[in-house]
Amino acid sequence: MHLDGRDATGDSPAARDLAMVFQNYALYPRHTAYENIASPLRARRCSPSEIAAAVERMSSLLHIERLLQRRPAQLSGGEMQRVALARALVRQPRAFLMDEPLTNLDLKLRVEMRTELTRIHRSLGATFIYVTNDQVEALSMADQVAVLKEGKVQQVGTPAEVYERPANQWVAGFVGSPPIGLLACHAEGDRLVGEGWTLPRPRWTTAEDGRPLLLGLRAEDLSVEQRGDASLPGELYGLEPLGDRTVVDVRVGTQILKVKARTTVTGTPGERLLVTVDLDRAHLFDADTGLALSEAGR
Amino acid sequence: MALSVDEAVSTGPARDHAPPSRRFGGRGRAVLEVALLTVLAVVMLFPVLWMIETSIKENRDVYAIPAKFFDFKVTMEHFKDVFVASGGGRSTLSASFLNSVLVAGVSTALATVLGVPAAWAYSRFSVKAKKDQLFFILSTRFMPPVVVVIPIFLMYRQVGLIDTKLGLILIYTAFNVPFTIWMMKGFVDEVPAEYEDAAMLDGYTRLQAFWRFTLPLLLPGIAATAVFALIFSWNEFVFAIFLTSSDDVRTAPPAIAGLIGGTTVDWGLVAAASVVFALPVLVFAYLVRKHLVAGVTLGAVRR
Repeated sequence: MHLDGRDATGDSPAARDLAMVFQNYALYPRHTAYENIASPLRARRCSPSEIAAAVERMSSLLHIERLLQRRPAQLSGGEMQRVALARALVRQPRAFLMDEPLTNLDLKLRVEMRTELTRIHRSLGATFIYVTNDQVEALSMADQVAVLKEGKVQQVGTPAEVYERPANQWVAGFVGSPPIGLLACHAEGDRLVGEGWTLPRPRWTTAEDGRPLLLGLRAEDLSVEQRGDASLPGELYGLEPLGDRTVVDVRVGTQILKVKARTTVTGTPGERLLVTVDLDRAHLFDADTGLALSEAGR
Repeated sequence: MALSVDEAVSTGPARDHAPPSRRFGGRGRAVLEVALLTVLAVVMLFPVLWMIETSIKENRDVYAIPAKFFDFKVTMEHFKDVFVASGGGRSTLSASFLNSVLVAGVSTALATVLGVPAAWAYSRFSVKAKKDQLFFILSTRFMPPVVVVIPIFLMYRQVGLIDTKLGLILIYTAFNVPFTIWMMKGFVDEVPAEYEDAAMLDGYTRLQAFWRFTLPLLLPGIAATAVFALIFSWNEFVFAIFLTSSDDVRTAPPAIAGLIGGTTVDWGLVAAASVVFALPVLVFAYLVRKHLVAGVTLGAVRR
């Protein structure tokens, strides 16, 4: 493990100079919120007046002034989360580690704190290393995202890169909601041929003929309402109204594709329809290795 | 000791599963329960009651036939004899009690000081062959302690620990450390390791993190464990009688037993000494009863 280019593997946690927010907050149960927030400063032997000033600054930033004399057992989940955050933010460490800090909050609070955390992050300008399995958090809060699977880094990039140009089939399936649809196919001349369908071969792909491929199509790059020159024949499998939009499930061959549509869309299951594909935004993966094909021509 | 606690805890739910008896109405059943409990209480408590009665009877009432249950003169003479020698000055029994306090207290303190950090280490760190080590530690309690009394006697004779308080303290500590480690490991396991992680990120060392944040949370468990260790050391008889002989080293159990065996037995004195001997443990257990119950149930109930 390197910090600022220096090997810190053997350093004590104190010497590494990091601050962390735990998933379960790990607030000291016998200490008040004030003492919890003051703990990092006390450990580093700051003067009482410095401590008081710093705790006051943090508690007003996080709106927890009224909670300072309470113990963790008397705090709600959101309040504990704020206190834990204050304990991490009260000093200026090299970096902040956040281990799924929002996972234990209810949905409404999570959305609220997501905005709040992003605001604090931007205003501090410090490095946050934020672990999450919520892709919305990853995409909305991060400057850089590292996608990990079973401890191995799959892709590192900006949220846009990870979303728009997934390095492999697994990243494509993991990031994005509803999940990307993947159709087996192969190239034949200037066509992509799949199970009961063909599409024009995208200009940018260089895959040789006959190599097994997977065509990745995101729900927003498909349409059942517009007509285009590239489309897939399928049949309606189901409708999922989500309030602001409706997700249309279309069966193409044996696969189900999810298509985003306006809420006005109607249909009966089994009905035959055409799905228009925005081929410029489609992804191709090698079916054997799962890796994305070079998109150099894009 | 730990086993009996587990049994005491687990019989409750088991009884709840027993099919409710239909033959007795609620009332009849309650009467039967009270009757059975009364019989049990009398059988269990009669020796204690008789000990207390004997300790406050005059000698001729002690030997009276038929025995006198209520109609006797109360005297505190026997209790005076426990502490004051017949010619004035401190009695040998009172010296034994002081020895007991010293031996039990120091051995419990030592077992706690050694056992709690060990339990913490076994709970928190990846120790090589941890399970084997813990099993080995527990295995020292598999046999009855009596089994090793002869080897211990021979070893103690070699190193000059026979008939010393230090010898008793060491052997009681040796018996209490495994028990302390096992019982405390359960309590430490219950305290999330994240408190220490957080404290170390705050800038404390690992030991400071343990001392300031984990240890205070372990106090109820430590109290419960220490009470059990104290009761063991206080009551221990076999090693005390084998390893000590002189009056100024003997602890109370062999000293009280030594009162029986002359041509005449002063039963009043035996009973009074026994009452004095039983009291401290009762009082101590009463004082820490809240911790004791919390300690015994903490592992199962709290998360």
